[in-house]
Amino acid sequence: MGEDAVLMDMRGVDKHFPGVQALKQAQLQVRAGTVHALMGENGAGKSTLMKCLFGIYKPDAGEILIAGRRVNFSGPKEAMEGGVSMVHQELNQVLKRNVMENLWLGRFPKRLGLVGGREMHRRTKAIFDELEIDVDPGAVIGKLSVSQRQMVEIAKAVSYHARILVLDEPTSSLTHQEVEHLFRIINKLRADGVGIVYISHRMEEILAISDDVTIMRDGAWIATEAAKDLTIDSIIKLMVGRDLTQRFPPKTNTPDGDLLVVEDLSGKYDPTCKGVSFSLRRGEILGVAGLVGSRRTELLETIFGIARRSSGSIRKDGKPIVNRDPSEAIAHGFAMITEERRANGIFGGLDITFNTVISNLNSRNRRKYREAGLLSARKMGLDTQASIDSMRIKTPSRKTRIRDLSGGNQQKVIIGRWLLTNPDVLLMDEPTRGIDVGAKAEIYQLIINLASQGKGIVMVSSEMPELLGICDRIMVMSGGRLAGILDIKEVDQEKIMRLAAKYA
Amino acid sequence: MNEAKRFNWAEWFLNYSLYIILGLLIVSVVVWDRTFLSWGNFANIMAQASTRGILALGVAGMIVYTGTDLSAGRILGCSAAISASLLQSTTYGARMYPGITAPLPLILPLVLSIIAAMLFTALNAFGFAILNMHPFIISLGTQLIAYGALCLYIDSQAGGAQPLANLDFRYIEFVNGSFDLGFTRLPYLVIYLAVCSVAMWVVWNKTVLGKNMFAIGGNPEAAAVSGVNVARNIFGVYLIAGVLYGIAAFLEAGRVQSVTTSTGLNYDLDAISGCVIGGVSFTGGVGTIPGVILGVVILQTINYSLYYLGINAYLQYIIKGVIIILAVAIDMRKYIKKK
Repeated sequence: MGEDAVLMDMRGVDKHFPGVQALKQAQLQVRAGTVHALMGENGAGKSTLMKCLFGIYKPDAGEILIAGRRVNFSGPKEAMEGGVSMVHQELNQVLKRNVMENLWLGRFPKRLGLVGGREMHRRTKAIFDELEIDVDPGAVIGKLSVSQRQMVEIAKAVSYHARILVLDEPTSSLTHQEVEHLFRIINKLRADGVGIVYISHRMEEILAISDDVTIMRDGAWIATEAAKDLTIDSIIKLMVGRDLTQRFPPKTNTPDGDLLVVEDLSGKYDPTCKGVSFSLRRGEILGVAGLVGSRRTELLETIFGIARRSSGSIRKDGKPIVNRDPSEAIAHGFAMITEERRANGIFGGLDITFNTVISNLNSRNRRKYREAGLLSARKMGLDTQASIDSMRIKTPSRKTRIRDLSGGNQQKVIIGRWLLTNPDVLLMDEPTRGIDVGAKAEIYQLIINLASQGKGIVMVSSEMPELLGICDRIMVMSGGRLAGILDIKEVDQEKIMRLAAKYA
Repeated sequence: MNEAKRFNWAEWFLNYSLYIILGLLIVSVVVWDRTFLSWGNFANIMAQASTRGILALGVAGMIVYTGTDLSAGRILGCSAAISASLLQSTTYGARMYPGITAPLPLILPLVLSIIAAMLFTALNAFGFAILNMHPFIISLGTQLIAYGALCLYIDSQAGGAQPLANLDFRYIEFVNGSFDLGFTRLPYLVIYLAVCSVAMWVVWNKTVLGKNMFAIGGNPEAAAVSGVNVARNIFGVYLIAGVLYGIAAFLEAGRVQSVTTSTGLNYDLDAISGCVIGGVSFTGGVGTIPGVILGVVILQTINYSLYYLGINAYLQYIIKGVIIILAVAIDMRKYIKKK
C-alpha cells in the first residue's frame, strides 16, 4: 500500500490499565478513500485503540498522525471537530428527543441566539437525502428501530465532514437489506475520499466491503493485508494465532420426544407475536430466523413471562404451564439469555460471583447456598468457581466486576448463571452477538453439548451461517407471525429469506 | 508498566478526600478547644448518632434502589408520638390516656410504634413498586400525610396541643441508661444501634432479599429477567425500614422525653446525608452497612462539635449544606471515573 496515500497513521501505541497491558505497540494506517477492516477477538484491543484515537483514553506511548499532522484529541468533541467520527456499537442517543436534535446536539444552528428549528430540519433533510436515508427528522429517536438509529448516527458523522469514520460493529443488528443500504452509504463515502475503519466480526462482510484488513491479537498489531489476498480461514488463523479447524463443531445431539408445545401464542401489548405455534423436542436446537421487526424477541419474552400473553397455551412435558413472570418461568425450568447484554443481562457494577448466582438465588435451588439459614459466601464462591472453570471464563478473580470483562466473557458468565438453575428449556436471543470467533466456537460447542444432554434450545439469531451451522430445525418469523418451520436438511438461505418476507 | 505499579496518590486522595476533609475539620475543632476530646463527649455523640443511625439503616436500602425517603422524619414523629402517649407517667394528671392507670409493658408501645411506621412505609412501597412512582414523589406525599396525622394526634389531647412529656421512668431508664465502664459510660442506645446494624448487615449480605435489593439497584431490568420478584423485594425492604423507623421513633421519644409536632423534622435529611457521606451512592446498587454507620457518626460528630464550639446556629446549616454537596460531588466523580 502506498505510503503517500496514508490519511491516518497510528504508530507504537501503548496503553496500560491496572493489571493488563491493553495495547502493545499497536499500529493502524488507513489510506484515504478506502475501507479498512480492523479485526481481532474480543479483548484484542480494537476498541481501546479507537478510544485512544478519540481521546477517550490517553495512550501511554505512540503517536497519531492525520494527513501528516500530529494530533492529540482531548475528547470525542475535539476529535469530531478534527474530522474523526465514530459510530459506536452501543448507540449513545438521547432517546426522548427527536432525530434532528440528536444530530445537531452540542452545535444547534442558531438564529439571533435562538435554536433555529426550520434550519435544523432543512440541513438534516439534506444529509438524509444525500445518503438515501428515509427517516423523519422530527421523529423521536426512541421510537425508531435500531437500524434507523444507526443510520442517524452515520448521518451525524457525515455532518461533521468526517475524513476518518470509525464504524464499530455497525451491522450486528441489521437485516440483509439494511446491510446493503449501509454498504451503499459506505461506498459513497469511500468515493468521496473518506477513510473508513470498519470493526466487525462478520467475515463475509469484511471480505465484501474492505480494501485493507488489519488484524490485532492481545493488544498488538499482527498483520495488515489487502482484503483480496485474504480468506475467512486465513483471517481466523491470524486472529486466534492457531488453526480453527472448523467454525461449527460437529453435532452430537439427537432430538427425541416433545419437550415443549406452544400453541397459538399471542402477546398482549403491541408490538408482539401473533398466533405462533411450534413444538420443541428434547435435545433439539430450534433456530428462529426473521427480519428485524419479525418479533422474535417478543416471542421469547412472551414464553418467558417478561411480556404478557393474551391467548394461547404452553405445555411442557405434556403439562400446561403459565409463566406469568420470569421467576415462575425459572421455577418451570426455563432460562433466558437476553439480546441486550448491557441493558438487561449483566449487573455491571457487581462482581462475577453476584452475576453468577443471582438467578439461582431466585430459583428452586436457592436453599443450596444456605448455611444456618443465611447465605454462605463460600458456597456461592464454589459454584462461581465451577462456572468460571467449566465455561473457561477469562477473569482475574471472582471478585472482578463483570463490566471489566470482554463481551464474550460476560456472555459466558450469563450462560453460566442460567446453567446453575439446571433448566430444561433455554431461550437464547442472539447468544453470539458482538462476540469474537474463538468465543463463538466455544458457545456453539456449549449449545450442542446442552442439547446432547437432552435440553431443548430455542435460539434466535440474525446470523444465517450460525443458524444453518448448529440448528436441527429453523422456524422463520415474519411480521409477528410464524411463516414456516424448515428441517435443516431441506433448508437454504433463499428459502429462509422468502419465508421471512412472507408477512413483512 | 512500572508506572502503574507505583501508588496512585491522586486517586487515593480522590477516593478518601471526603474523610480527609472531615478528619481535618474534627482535628481543627480539637485544636480550637482541647476539652472537646473527652470520653464524655464521645459517649454523647454516639448516643445522639444512634437514633439517626437506625433511621439511616432503613433509608439506605431505598437509596440503594436509586430512590430516597423524604418521609422518614415525619413517620418517626408519628411513631414517637404513639410511644410517648402510651408511656406517660401514670401519676401525670394531664396525660393523654387517663384510662391507663397501671404502667404498660414497654414492648406494647414499641410494637405499635413499629406497626404505625410499617403502614407508612408500605404506602411508599405501594407507590414505588405498584404505581411505579418515583420514590421522591411518593415519599413527599407520605411525608405530608404523616405530618398531618401527627398534628391531629397531638391536637386530640383533652388539654389541646401540648407536648407529650412526663414519661414513665422505666422508659427513660431503658433508653437513656448506660453501663459504667469506669473510664466512661456506654449508653444503652449505642448497644441498640449496634444490634440493629448487625441485623441489617446480615440482611444485606446474607439473605436473598439483600442480594436482590442490590440486583434491582444495579440493573432493574436484568433483575426482573433473572427471576427477581421486584415488587415483593421492594415491599420487603420497605417493611424492614418500617421496623427500623419504629424502633428509632421509640428510642427518640424516650431520649428527648418530649414529643411535639416538630419531632422528626429534617431527620430524613440527616439520615440521607449520613448515607451519602458513608458511600451509599445515589446512582444505585452501591453501599455498605459500616459505611452508613460511619457516615452518620461523622455527621453527628460535626453537628456536635459545631454546637460545642458555640457556632452560630444559622452558620451550622450552611456548613452542613456544604458537606452534603461535597459528599455527593465526590461520589459522582468516582462514578464518572468508572466509565
